[in-house]
Amino acid sequence: METNKIMKFTLKNSTAVLFVLLFIMFGLIAPRFFTLKNFQNILSNSSYIGIIAVGMTFVLLTGGIDLSVGATMYLSAVVCGKLINDLGFSVTSAVLISLLVGLAVGSVNAFAITKLRLVPFITTLITQTIARGMGLFITRSIAVNYPDSVTLLSTSKLFGFIPLQIFIFLFVVFIAALVLNRTRYGRQLYAVGNDLESAMKAGIKCERLIASTYIISGFLAALGGFVTITQIGRVNANFGTGDEFDAIAAAVLGGASLFGGIGTVFPGTILGTVMIEMIQAGLVFANIDLYIQPIIMALIIFSAVFIDSMRTMQIKKLERRNILKA
Amino acid sequence: MADIAFAFKHISKRFFGVHALKQVSFELERGKILGLVGENGAGKSTLMNIMGGVLQPEVGTLLLRGETYRPLSPLDASCAGIEFVHQELNLFTNLTVAENISINSFPCMRRTPFINKRTMHQACRKLLESLNLDIAPTMLVENLSPGERQLVEIAKALSTDADILLFDEPTTSLTAKDTENLFSLLRHLRDAGKSIIYISHILADVQKLVDDVVILRDGEVMGGGPIGDFPIKRMINLMVGREINHLFPEKTPYATDTVILESQNISEPGIVRDISIKVHAGEIVGMFGLMGSGRTEFARMLFGVDSYHEGEVLVQGKPLPRHKPEQSIRNGMAFITENRREEGLLMDYPIIENIGLVSLPDYCAKVSRLVDSKRLFRRANEVGTSLKLKCNNLKLQKVKSLSGGNQQKVVIGKWLLKDPSLLILDEPTRGIDVGAKYEVYLIMERLASEGSGILFISSEVEELIAMCDRIIVWSQGEIMREFVRDEFSQESIMRIAFRQELDDDADIEVATYGNE
Repeated sequence: METNKIMKFTLKNSTAVLFVLLFIMFGLIAPRFFTLKNFQNILSNSSYIGIIAVGMTFVLLTGGIDLSVGATMYLSAVVCGKLINDLGFSVTSAVLISLLVGLAVGSVNAFAITKLRLVPFITTLITQTIARGMGLFITRSIAVNYPDSVTLLSTSKLFGFIPLQIFIFLFVVFIAALVLNRTRYGRQLYAVGNDLESAMKAGIKCERLIASTYIISGFLAALGGFVTITQIGRVNANFGTGDEFDAIAAAVLGGASLFGGIGTVFPGTILGTVMIEMIQAGLVFANIDLYIQPIIMALIIFSAVFIDSMRTMQIKKLERRNILKA
Repeated sequence: MADIAFAFKHISKRFFGVHALKQVSFELERGKILGLVGENGAGKSTLMNIMGGVLQPEVGTLLLRGETYRPLSPLDASCAGIEFVHQELNLFTNLTVAENISINSFPCMRRTPFINKRTMHQACRKLLESLNLDIAPTMLVENLSPGERQLVEIAKALSTDADILLFDEPTTSLTAKDTENLFSLLRHLRDAGKSIIYISHILADVQKLVDDVVILRDGEVMGGGPIGDFPIKRMINLMVGREINHLFPEKTPYATDTVILESQNISEPGIVRDISIKVHAGEIVGMFGLMGSGRTEFARMLFGVDSYHEGEVLVQGKPLPRHKPEQSIRNGMAFITENRREEGLLMDYPIIENIGLVSLPDYCAKVSRLVDSKRLFRRANEVGTSLKLKCNNLKLQKVKSLSGGNQQKVVIGKWLLKDPSLLILDEPTRGIDVGAKYEVYLIMERLASEGSGILFISSEVEELIAMCDRIIVWSQGEIMREFVRDEFSQESIMRIAFRQELDDDADIEVATYGNE
């Protein structure tokens, strides 16, 4: 009975268990991995994907998908840079406008999906192309550089020790987790993802809820873009390309289902994000060949998702009712 | 003058040009329980959908407390104080019981958007207590049994403080004890001044519970009035439109000595132990047991859906080691599952797609493997006719739009296309009306006469006694005893199923269907 319980716990928290295992493994390979500096780097590097992945989790919860986040990140970053460099906007107003760009792309997705009833996959693929196209049109594919006033933000620390990007990341996670777990909106989102037809019959305003998730996702993509430019100070033409897949991977690694209704921001998606970043850092520390790293990365993600699908079956078996008398 | 809570006045509605409702008028008095009975397809669901704002009538008016009522959506109905408990459950399995109950009315902490969990759980606990339900409000719905889920669904409707409550077959997965519980609660609500419409096929329940009854047939009101004027026999006659003298066909034994299906010492830890059975050609073998006695689980193993740890399944003398449903089908087995909605049908697909589902490979051209849809249609049509399937268009009509009895015929038809030599029928008459039940029995008789073996799982002793050559009684994953036809007796079968441990008046935890 006790082993049964341990089994159940391990299976139910497979991502967390894997996380701890990888963590110890990297630490044993490279002792330098266990330094405060390194932890801070991992957290800091995962902040922008984490922010996007939070938005992605909202979308995935309804059973949708948002492929446009990488391009949204790019477009909003470009708009921000152009406003500051060419039109002389202040950093604050430029950043606010760039966030509006994210809201706008999200709203277009929301409109197309809920009002025109297009499939999320295709809709966001289209807006992805359009957003990137607009960004390329504005920049003529020339890289945008940001003034020091922007890049210096990344060195600013809140309360003297929390770097800005980590603070934004944690703040977003905190709000998102609160919204999903403790508000009517959040719980209804889970309901919509579980059974759309029942949700409609229950009088939940499903369209509005689904629309809102794309708007949130667009906004958080733009916020993720802002966080990145403060860190790197330069945006070239392929900025954000493929980030949507990292975000999806992070959410799924954290237990979110692509069919909706299942997933959490905290601990789920956050664990997924930090885990991806930790593997990347760990591979560097372990001196793995640069060109083999992505393959190992992909294999680890594969096994995590594979374990996840196996465990669902196992949990069912363990929780099955016992008919026979003892 | 009686106090009228709700009235239908000359309601008519057509689908595909066919009248679903014709000039339907009746009234629901305040503080009364009104039974609504009729065969599947008589128009009960249409009527409900009109009341709930899902459909709009073509002709006629609805009166709510004497005033015109024209709901355009389920939300309108809800706002007007009308709540429904649908036959199919509308619960969210990923949320807790309390969250499901307050999905639209979460209590919030003062001036914040945050849910006050304590208030929510307290209210929920009180509600569950009033239903005598021992479920924690924090329990996830996916961990509840079907019966518990149905009770939660009912609790949800009661939580809204609605004036008019409508129940559509609320007892299909409830035990006798829970049903009794529900009835006393409904009576209590009635006495508190609520008005209730209760739809059911179980006429004995209707007889016991309601004050007034309305009988529908083919979209028309055939009769109605105080329940005292309508004994069960009269209700049936009005529903079916003809005199029904017997509920079951005459039993003719067709059993031969040829063994079609045999299981040898099937065991699976925690589920079944050492099960050996035989089914002969032309024989109808019943399997009786309480809910969760392992009958369905065993049937799934026989068919190869679930694995078993030990033992062997032989079909026509040929062992099928570690078989999958594919091999079972190839060897002439058919499995009509318990839940036709979830496991038996593609609800959103046309009838023809459903009927052709299993035998599609048989209707493919030799080389190109393209489906010969003309041949398939011809055969599906034949089967449909032989089953007396009532539908408008095999190719266009979705299964979802059929009545329960006709849906069940589609499931059976799907397997008949394969000409099976062995059929496993798991609760084939659950949730369908008297007329459709009789037709299902006739189909079973016909198949047995043609030499098929039938394994008939049911929770209704009466139908097993009427239909079977042998009855195998299960309890807690084991076969307790086998009865041959001469020994059939309702009492001894029940007694065995309960392991003789109970007194006569103990809770009989068995679903009681169709005592009509």
